[in-house]
Amino acid sequence: MDLSQLVIILATAIATATPLVFAAIGETITERAGVINLSTEGTILLSAMTGFAAARAANNVLVGFAAAAIVGALVSLIVAFGAITLKQSQIAIGFVLALLCADLSSFLGNPIVLVPGPTVPSMPIPLLQDIPVLGRLFFQSDLLVYASYLLIAVTWVFFYRTRPGLLLRSIGEQPAAAFARGNNVIRMRYLYTLIGGALLGIAGAAFSLDFKAGWSNRATAGYGWIALAIVIFGGWNPLRAAVGAYFFGVLQSLASVAQSSIQSVPTQVFSVAPFVLMILVLVLTSGQWLDNLLSRLPVEVRRPILRAIRAPAPAALGKVFEQD
Amino acid sequence: MNIQLTHIYKRFGAVQANDDVSLDVEAGTIHGLLGENGAGKSTLVKMLSGFITRDSGEILLDGKSISVKTPADGIRSGVGMLHQDPLDFPPMSVLDNFINGRPGRLFIDRRSAVKEFKAIAEQFNFVIDTEEQVGLLTMGERQQLEIVRLLSLGVRTLILDEPTTGISASQKTALFAALKKLAKQGKSIIFVSHKLEDVEELCNNVTVMRAGKVVGSSAIPCATSKLVGMMFGRELATPVKPATSRTDTAIKIEGLTIGDDRMDVRVNDLSIKRGEVIGLAGLEGSGQRLFLLTCAGVLRPFAGKLMVNADGRLAEMTGKSYHQFQKAGVGYLPADRLREGLIWGLTIQEHVVLRTPSDGLFVNREASHSVAETAIKTFNIRGKTDTRVGQLSGGNQQRTQLALLPTPLNLVLMEHPTRGLDIESTIWVWQQLIMRCQGGTSIIFASSDLDEIVQYSDRVIVFSGGKVSEPIATAVLTASKLGEMIGGKFIGASAS
Repeated sequence: MDLSQLVIILATAIATATPLVFAAIGETITERAGVINLSTEGTILLSAMTGFAAARAANNVLVGFAAAAIVGALVSLIVAFGAITLKQSQIAIGFVLALLCADLSSFLGNPIVLVPGPTVPSMPIPLLQDIPVLGRLFFQSDLLVYASYLLIAVTWVFFYRTRPGLLLRSIGEQPAAAFARGNNVIRMRYLYTLIGGALLGIAGAAFSLDFKAGWSNRATAGYGWIALAIVIFGGWNPLRAAVGAYFFGVLQSLASVAQSSIQSVPTQVFSVAPFVLMILVLVLTSGQWLDNLLSRLPVEVRRPILRAIRAPAPAALGKVFEQD
Repeated sequence: MNIQLTHIYKRFGAVQANDDVSLDVEAGTIHGLLGENGAGKSTLVKMLSGFITRDSGEILLDGKSISVKTPADGIRSGVGMLHQDPLDFPPMSVLDNFINGRPGRLFIDRRSAVKEFKAIAEQFNFVIDTEEQVGLLTMGERQQLEIVRLLSLGVRTLILDEPTTGISASQKTALFAALKKLAKQGKSIIFVSHKLEDVEELCNNVTVMRAGKVVGSSAIPCATSKLVGMMFGRELATPVKPATSRTDTAIKIEGLTIGDDRMDVRVNDLSIKRGEVIGLAGLEGSGQRLFLLTCAGVLRPFAGKLMVNADGRLAEMTGKSYHQFQKAGVGYLPADRLREGLIWGLTIQEHVVLRTPSDGLFVNREASHSVAETAIKTFNIRGKTDTRVGQLSGGNQQRTQLALLPTPLNLVLMEHPTRGLDIESTIWVWQQLIMRCQGGTSIIFASSDLDEIVQYSDRVIVFSGGKVSEPIATAVLTASKLGEMIGGKFIGASAS
């Protein structure tokens, strides 16, 4: 494999991963606040469809993204209302919504299957795009991809450097303690569930208006679920979630290269392979064997390694907050 | 700040938790609120600090009537409360915990926050690394962090709910010194406790509650018998552990190395006789829990051997599973009763079913019902067979755990066997344990209560900063020597 081939694989990986970055970061924000929005798969499909339809009707990509974000936020509002106000099972609500929205997207999206529509225009950055390798990888994309880089950085800074970010992390960890410190846990959980949902919506539009450019039934199949896995893989940290998304992108990209060069193996194997590998990585980083291996190392080395690989879920994730 | 609570009432469902309670606390004094578990002390102070709202009654701060509906209201009027289970964020750093809830700009100014934290911490000689993760701190350090945090918010009345549970002797000394200093500065302190000796050592005044009512108050010093009389309505005696007379070995350990992601601990060769009680002393998180978990078969040691006497002979158990340890008569009672020991939503009878080995698919309801009834009777559990264990009080949960121990029982491992229990339950639990010892059961228990360790152990092992002492016979042990060893002074103390 020469360098140009590698660059193509990586560039494809970044393009593949961009919708996932939006989805994984959106879900990370929601889960940090202590709410699981399990509807990712359905939300992404429904907003991909609506986003494309809206952009096509208005002949404006921005309208499409706005519509998709609103759809994502509306679905997450149902999750938030059921989980926070009605205090029902977040798993049940999310799962039902995932199925419902997916079917709804197929049903409502039928008239626009495989019709042409607007896409996000490419926007190479002058000068920077001419840097060998890096230019091709990072500076010949479109506004959406640049926005995803910005989102990663902004979310990280927000989480770990700002006061509201600290509060966000604390309401998912110990809502009672956060409440005792004078925070309105319920209002904040609503807010971050809606923001996370809007980002899931943008992830959907990123598929239909950019990465896959167009709508077909179940076009994003599986990406919503993998986004949930990436949130766990990323230890509820936006930076690591982005790494997870890009890692999955690389796997996808390699699979499609392998598919075209090894014809004897059925194509299904390659389309499934990234998902299987992703699970494998999750198992490897969380398995008991790692503890046994690390037990040979001195404590000073063991502790940072374990901390880097493993992050516990927010302690109050998925739990109802009773304010008495 | 002067505090007056007048004619406070609070009802939870069928329980009248506070029944016409009045309390006066003067500025510059430490006021003890003494009573058994369930006497209504916590309910009262939670109403003062805004964690729950009162049904009726009045709260006056410096003579002014106030309404506190949320904890934030409480802080604003100058009342801060330290909870029995610390209300903090374990995975976050000390500094993040300190900053959380403080007003300030969007971007956090960490440097000035560190400065402010240290300024207050130094006043009271609290030494806490601001970058350490709170979950890795001892209970005492978490308390200190919370005190510093509340003081930085301008609190003038500090409420502490059972603060001496789960902290070391030296931390208790530091805490008491800090509280006395705060009182001298004119702040008022409300010290909620069921421990008589703590109240007698620290407080200026005491109010005793029983069953939701105030039964009396007094200035301190005051005769202990008078306070005990008020608390229980009668006198109580603590059980005495008779010396062990057996010589056969119950458990034998050869050079164990154990560890987790924080530390490695090495335990030298050790052999424990049947009927013997071994106390594990030391600051919390010094490896006692790792040692107990290893002896229970939950953790595997990195190196070394572990042998347990089952059916009259020593069997090698290293690397065997927890269930094989259970079959060998090893029982483990964790400190976190509801999370690790019992299952919140299951009834006492269902716990009996879970414990009973069975090949069949269906549960024998009559048999398990009668076993559960017998257990409730013999262990004096205040509950019914269909009571969920989550609804039992701490003492009754511990009784249930004891009732569920496997038989025959060769070794019991316990973490804080009486933490959070009232005096009556504590006495009862140890009476049961001593009876078991006389039947040949050995006990290894960890406790932060040095009196408990000295009173009931035959030998004591001290864990300190990754080091483990040789076992020391309690007969040659003094409390001050134990305190020094917990502080890490092992030299010359290894003679057993």
